Amino acid sequence: MRRPRLLYIPFWATLVFLYAPIVVLVAMSFNSGESAYTFEGFSLKWYGVLAGNERVLDGLVNTLIVAAGSTVLATVLGTLLAVGLARHTRSRTLDAVALMPAVLPDLVLAIGLLMFYGLVQFTLGVTSVILSHAVFSMAFVAAVVRTRLTGADPSLEEASRDLGAGPVTTFVRVTLPQLAPGIVAGALLAFTLSLDEFVIAFFTIGNLEQTLPIVIYSMIRFGVEPQINALGTLLLLVSFTAVIIGQRMTRIGEARAQD
Amino acid sequence: MKAQPAARPVSTSRGRHRLGAFVFLAPGLTYLLVLVLVPLALVLSFTFFQRGRFGGVIYEFTTENFARLVDPLYLGVVGTSLKIAALATLIALVLGYPTAYLIAQLPRKWKTAALIAIVLPFWTNFIIRMYAWIILLNGPGLVNSGFELFGLGPYELLYNQGAIVVGLLYSYLPLMVLPLYAAIEKLDPQLREASANLGASGFTTFRRVTLPLTLPGVLTGSMFVFVPSFANFVIPEMLGGGKTLMVGNLIRNEFLKARDWPFGSTLAMALVAVLLLLLLAQAWAARRA
Repeated sequence: MRRPRLLYIPFWATLVFLYAPIVVLVAMSFNSGESAYTFEGFSLKWYGVLAGNERVLDGLVNTLIVAAGSTVLATVLGTLLAVGLARHTRSRTLDAVALMPAVLPDLVLAIGLLMFYGLVQFTLGVTSVILSHAVFSMAFVAAVVRTRLTGADPSLEEASRDLGAGPVTTFVRVTLPQLAPGIVAGALLAFTLSLDEFVIAFFTIGNLEQTLPIVIYSMIRFGVEPQINALGTLLLLVSFTAVIIGQRMTRIGEARAQD
Repeated sequence: MKAQPAARPVSTSRGRHRLGAFVFLAPGLTYLLVLVLVPLALVLSFTFFQRGRFGGVIYEFTTENFARLVDPLYLGVVGTSLKIAALATLIALVLGYPTAYLIAQLPRKWKTAALIAIVLPFWTNFIIRMYAWIILLNGPGLVNSGFELFGLGPYELLYNQGAIVVGLLYSYLPLMVLPLYAAIEKLDPQLREASANLGASGFTTFRRVTLPLTLPGVLTGSMFVFVPSFANFVIPEMLGGGKTLMVGNLIRNEFLKARDWPFGSTLAMALVAVLLLLLLAQAWAARRA
């Protein structure tokens, strides 16, 4: 098919637009000077400053706890829900309900959760953020696992049931192994989504604790700080690696399914 | 009664099926009921309550929250939000359509690489990405240094509505490119060849064949960019310097500063209503396309 040359202009413009800020951020993280705008020489000093920043470290620990907790919760609930929706009901209403947290504006979900925790007098903190993050992560896990389920052969599950296995045995011995790549991809998605999430955590964490995005947000509000460049570079490294591993996983899974 | 061998397995399998449905559906749906539907019902119910004098709520029925919605002050904020979100969506479309079109024509290997390249920045911390733009757009920042080379500027690029649009565009552009790519990819290339064979110019083919057939993708992508842009409150604060209020800022302020939860809830529900209307309009337009 013909590829008009003119189309390369918006394509490259898009890529430059997407990567220019990232390149500048990474470059400035190795700046030896105090300025956030002019590069004065190579140094790792901002990484050192960062390593000594206790607020950042506390925020990082909280973020990892939240991401791990909500990922486990969302992966278990989301996988069960995906199988239930695909194999045990034809209700379109339930489908819509399962997708709702992913479609709803995060701000509306955030204030709703804040009001709910207030009503039942649930103490705000890391636990309430874990529960909140699992809400939308679950929707994404369910969606990813469902895509995988449509590719899986239901006759294998029928065969298992015909041979006398109950729904739980069939799920554990037949469905789950088939779904594994989808579940891993969903879990990685849930983990990265939680690492990055700001609005819901901002509303549901209360005053005593902070996640990393909230720490960064308040640091920026007090002005530009070069150590944020170093932090950003590290976070970039982590999330890019997670995305690439996820991509590899699904590709390996697909290759295996085709064997 | 004589057992009917044929009927027995059917009934047990049905019983099992119902048990299976319960085992799989109950945990997730209960979770969603408690932590999505109940909170939403709370927000909805608060729209009818009164605000306490020192924050808090008086549980008495009122419709005054809705009356306050049409205050010109708030309508102005809605207008600004609409304008900014629409501008971000439009630029995303103008930049995203040709990009998606080109990616769809690339050889398979490059296609995947290009798609990953488009989505990758999306996976880094949102606050960090906005911070990177503060560095770029600031007075002595790189963009102004670029202008200086041509003897221009420096310009005040940060803390205005333009900076908000840039931030929104940066945050949600991949959400425009992906559905467009999916729609263009699905398109049968023979249709375009037929149009060209019948003597249509490249532009006519695009206007009469490609664009109408990819319209559902255009609508989906536009919704994906518009919805989070319209409700955003972080970008107007970080890149807009807090000078421009959008609906999201208003809701945040009512909840965390003014502590007027009933009116904050009413604004949130109005937001959801606007988005629902847009979704319905989109579904209607997609059916017609």
